[in-house]
Amino acid sequence: MRQKCEKSKKGTRATNFIRNLCVQRMAKTVNISINNCNLYYGDFHALKGIGNDMPMEIGANKVTAFIGPSGCGKSTFIRVFNRMNDLIQNCKITGEIKIGEQDIYDKNTDVTLLRKNVGMVFQKPNPFPMSIYDNIAFAPRTYGVKKKARLDEIVERSLKQAALWDEVRDRLKKSALGLSGGQQQRLCIARTLAAEPKIILMDEPTSALDPISTGTIEDLIRELKKTYTIVIVTHNMQQATRISDKTAFFLMGEVVEYDKTRQIFSNPKDKRTENYVTGRFG
Amino acid sequence: MRKIIDTTLFALTWIFAAITLLVLLFIVAHIVINGVPHLDARLFEFAFTTENVSMMPALVSTIFMVVLTLLIALPLGIFTSIYLVEYVKKGNKFVMLIRSATEMLAGIPSIVYGLFGMLMFGQFFGFGWSLIAGVLTLGIMILPVIIRTTEEALKSVSDGYREGGYALGAGKLRVVFRIVLPSAVPGILAGVILAIGRIIGESAALIFTAGTMPQIPETLGHSARTLSVHMWVLSSEAHHTGEAYATAVVLLLLILVVNTAAAVVAKFFITK
Repeated sequence: MRQKCEKSKKGTRATNFIRNLCVQRMAKTVNISINNCNLYYGDFHALKGIGNDMPMEIGANKVTAFIGPSGCGKSTFIRVFNRMNDLIQNCKITGEIKIGEQDIYDKNTDVTLLRKNVGMVFQKPNPFPMSIYDNIAFAPRTYGVKKKARLDEIVERSLKQAALWDEVRDRLKKSALGLSGGQQQRLCIARTLAAEPKIILMDEPTSALDPISTGTIEDLIRELKKTYTIVIVTHNMQQATRISDKTAFFLMGEVVEYDKTRQIFSNPKDKRTENYVTGRFG
Repeated sequence: MRKIIDTTLFALTWIFAAITLLVLLFIVAHIVINGVPHLDARLFEFAFTTENVSMMPALVSTIFMVVLTLLIALPLGIFTSIYLVEYVKKGNKFVMLIRSATEMLAGIPSIVYGLFGMLMFGQFFGFGWSLIAGVLTLGIMILPVIIRTTEEALKSVSDGYREGGYALGAGKLRVVFRIVLPSAVPGILAGVILAIGRIIGESAALIFTAGTMPQIPETLGHSARTLSVHMWVLSSEAHHTGEAYATAVVLLLLILVVNTAAAVVAKFFITK
């Protein structure tokens, strides 16, 4: 689908029309809906019936923030969407998690394809110990892109999207580990974008960065939201108010409240949410 | 009072470090002083005769021995470690068995390996005293070294790399071979250096398996002596102590070359 869209990028009005249709249909396919999700680490009940009253919907082309005190399950929950929890032994998940029409915990789900479509940026920048170019080219190469020209194009486009191109264009062949923390995190975002995902999950992407780098990344997130659905876990409530459209407040493995960000921070319905956002605990 | 204890401790650590260094220097100096005068171009002639105990055949055999043994033990060891670290679930009984087996293998004296190699490869398989019997025996001997160091190297690769790889949709194979293994190369090389050291330094196990023929082996079935075995033969015959020292000098140089080469390779991988 995505490739079809790209092919018709440069074209007449008619193809542009088709392209817009593509974009719209794509947009439709990327919302996430969670229906009564439970997660257990062995005997520990880490997520308790998320979306059990009514399915929790994460909208397309929106930034959705997960806030809550440490250990409340927000990072665990975000890892449900790209099945990263599969890597953890004794982790059991029940319920229905749909991305578009696809139940991602269905037996027939191709996990690698899922992870291609649902990218993830981690708390600690984790560029691979290889060159900047190879970092970005890692995902396309995984999906079989071999032509140098095509790879060059993807690398340049991804780095530009992540607002890193101008800083690294002269040293693409140098090790990615030589970049600063903020640059490394933008590199990781670019690396995720190179896989051409539809959803981007961010697990506290700025908690290891200084305020200026954090600002750059937040600007970036605002820009990316036009094209992608973004889910972000954050400890920083100001950050949630700055960048997110909707916010979910987590406590002890449950979603206490999920609403428009403005609503959550100005007029929360639940007493616990109010206590948290006004800084009485957490 | 505290000050006195501090100073004494510092002095003690300094003295012990100095003793260690002195012992090492003494050994090297002793070998060099006794060996260098006997280093002679004739000792590097290809043919070994009773008049001229050339070390050239032994030098070539040593290189054969190192290369062939690594050829067998490296793939076995590295793949075993990858299996142990990347594929097996924690608390698996089979793995605990492999681990304790490798630990036990590491503690066995080399002469026992020699005896085993002689009975197993020399007699049971009928290889006799041959390069191949020596190679197989040493291969088993260095396997634990390679497995342990590779395991440690793989474990020390940050899980962030693995997560990052999986999150991009890469499969296990790609994550292990494109990300984890290249990052572990410096650690694995440290193990390879240790292994090469053991191969070059081994004599007991080889006397039983590869024999002591002072010739350049033309096939895997020929007997061959390495430099260490050459030294042992020369010194036990008592006529050629000087040449034995000269051989020791060459051995030292060989180890130096191997270590430097490995350091260069490791550096290449780190900066990359």
